[in-house]
Amino acid sequence: MHSFGYRANALLTFAVTILAFICAIASFSDNFSNQTPSAQIQILNINWFQKQPHGNDEVSLTLNITADLQSLFTWNTKQVFAFVAAEYETSKNSLNQVSLWDAIIPEKEEANFWIQISNKYRFIDQGHNLRGKDFNLTLHWHVMPKTGKMFADKIVMSGYRLPNAYR
Amino acid sequence: MDWQGQKVVEQLMQILLVISGVVAVVVGYATESFRTMMLIYAGGVVLATLVTVPNWPFYNRHPLEWLDPSEAEKHAKPQVVAKKRFSKK
Repeated sequence: MHSFGYRANALLTFAVTILAFICAIASFSDNFSNQTPSAQIQILNINWFQKQPHGNDEVSLTLNITADLQSLFTWNTKQVFAFVAAEYETSKNSLNQVSLWDAIIPEKEEANFWIQISNKYRFIDQGHNLRGKDFNLTLHWHVMPKTGKMFADKIVMSGYRLPNAYR
Repeated sequence: MDWQGQKVVEQLMQILLVISGVVAVVVGYATESFRTMMLIYAGGVVLATLVTVPNWPFYNRHPLEWLDPSEAEKHAKPQVVAKKRFSKK
């Protein structure tokens, strides 16, 4: 090759191309990880359950969230974003999903946790359909990679029910 | 750098980069460390740069032999020949 600049340019472009390949392989390797997450959510207490002045139902819960998301972490994981959503059906909407809590888990060691809190985000319905409502609590997670494809999945826990009357 | 050196240098550059890429992925995956992979690859790129970009003397082992200027003056300069026009019969 003809000059210093020519060779330096050729090397740089080829190096960046190989880097792109490396990152693609690293992301592809995430498909082979064996993921066995587990979680449990308990509703410890219904703190209050009221109808707002403008007509929407609102409920405040104390939750105990236990989860082991350590197996989701691979060598190509930057962080895991987890959130709990209450899911239920109404006559107006076939699916309502209300996010109650979320967290960013930056390291594998922090992914095996339990936490007892009242809901971080307000549980407000579009309307007044929550009395006696059966709902699921679903733990969703997004595994955010250092490079490449993001994986998302969830665990659905069903069998929760709100009281029949406001309190 | 002579022609032979240029060919060698291009091949060397490609081989060095591909090998450091492969080694980086394998070692990084085995040690489960993304950081290790990137460090190995960066080291490989630096090595390839040091080996192939500067004009090292061992790439100039088959230098071109240009005609000596005093020799060239002894021979007539080649003339441009005017093109003959083809006429239709």
